[in-house]
Amino acid sequence: MDTAPVQKQFTFLARRSPYGSGHARAMLDMVLATAVFDQKVTLIFLDDGVLQLQRNQAAAGIGAKDLGAALGVLPLYDIQQIFVDGQSLQLRGMSPQELAIPATVCDSARISQLLHESDVVFTL
Amino acid sequence: MKFTIVLHAAPYTSQASLSALRFAQASLAAGHEIVRVFFYYDGVHNTNEFSAAPQDELDLVEAWSTLLQEHGIDAVTCVSSSIKRGIIDTREARRHDRQGHNLRAPAVLSGLGQLVDASLASDRTISFGA
Repeated sequence: MDTAPVQKQFTFLARRSPYGSGHARAMLDMVLATAVFDQKVTLIFLDDGVLQLQRNQAAAGIGAKDLGAALGVLPLYDIQQIFVDGQSLQLRGMSPQELAIPATVCDSARISQLLHESDVVFTL
Repeated sequence: MKFTIVLHAAPYTSQASLSALRFAQASLAAGHEIVRVFFYYDGVHNTNEFSAAPQDELDLVEAWSTLLQEHGIDAVTCVSSSIKRGIIDTREARRHDRQGHNLRAPAVLSGLGQLVDASLASDRTISFGA
């Protein structure tokens, strides 16, 4: 009987805005759980997902928990492969220097490459 | 091939549940193996026993339960997604002091670790409703 690998490359595509639905937070839960199980984790923010990286989110005003602050736990889970799509930032008037957490700015070709290198890809 | 299926969407709200169900049926018919079906986020509603479809509509909760049971497929409903959406088993009903329980067998409540575990054991992990 062949045994399952103990580690795979899991890549998560964060494409949704942080509020308005529970998707972004539910995906963060997936990211953290995957890291807890000692897997290789890559997190990519693109499209409206880059809004999750906005600094100084005032989520309390809508009775929500601050997702930008929640992303601060990623280093504690040893998640270091964090990318953000440069064009998505630009389209939303966001600067790579003003993000809630450090992320490597990349282009769609790099994202394509990261996906090719992945064993499992999730988005939510 | 070995597949893990993840369903993120509720039945009846979108096509995702039926698409996932038909993918599962087609996979099995083609001789593939389904390691686990993982119900996450709104997908947990697919395991709500209190759901009842009109007679002239496909009962998706029933259809999932039948498929999983007939083929002995492991099925997990995400515990953190489900409790806040009101899908609980006897143990959670006791813990939260609720009168009823409605988790549709054969799905069991467990955590995201079961999704990671299944993905490790599968050749492909396929998501619906994301």
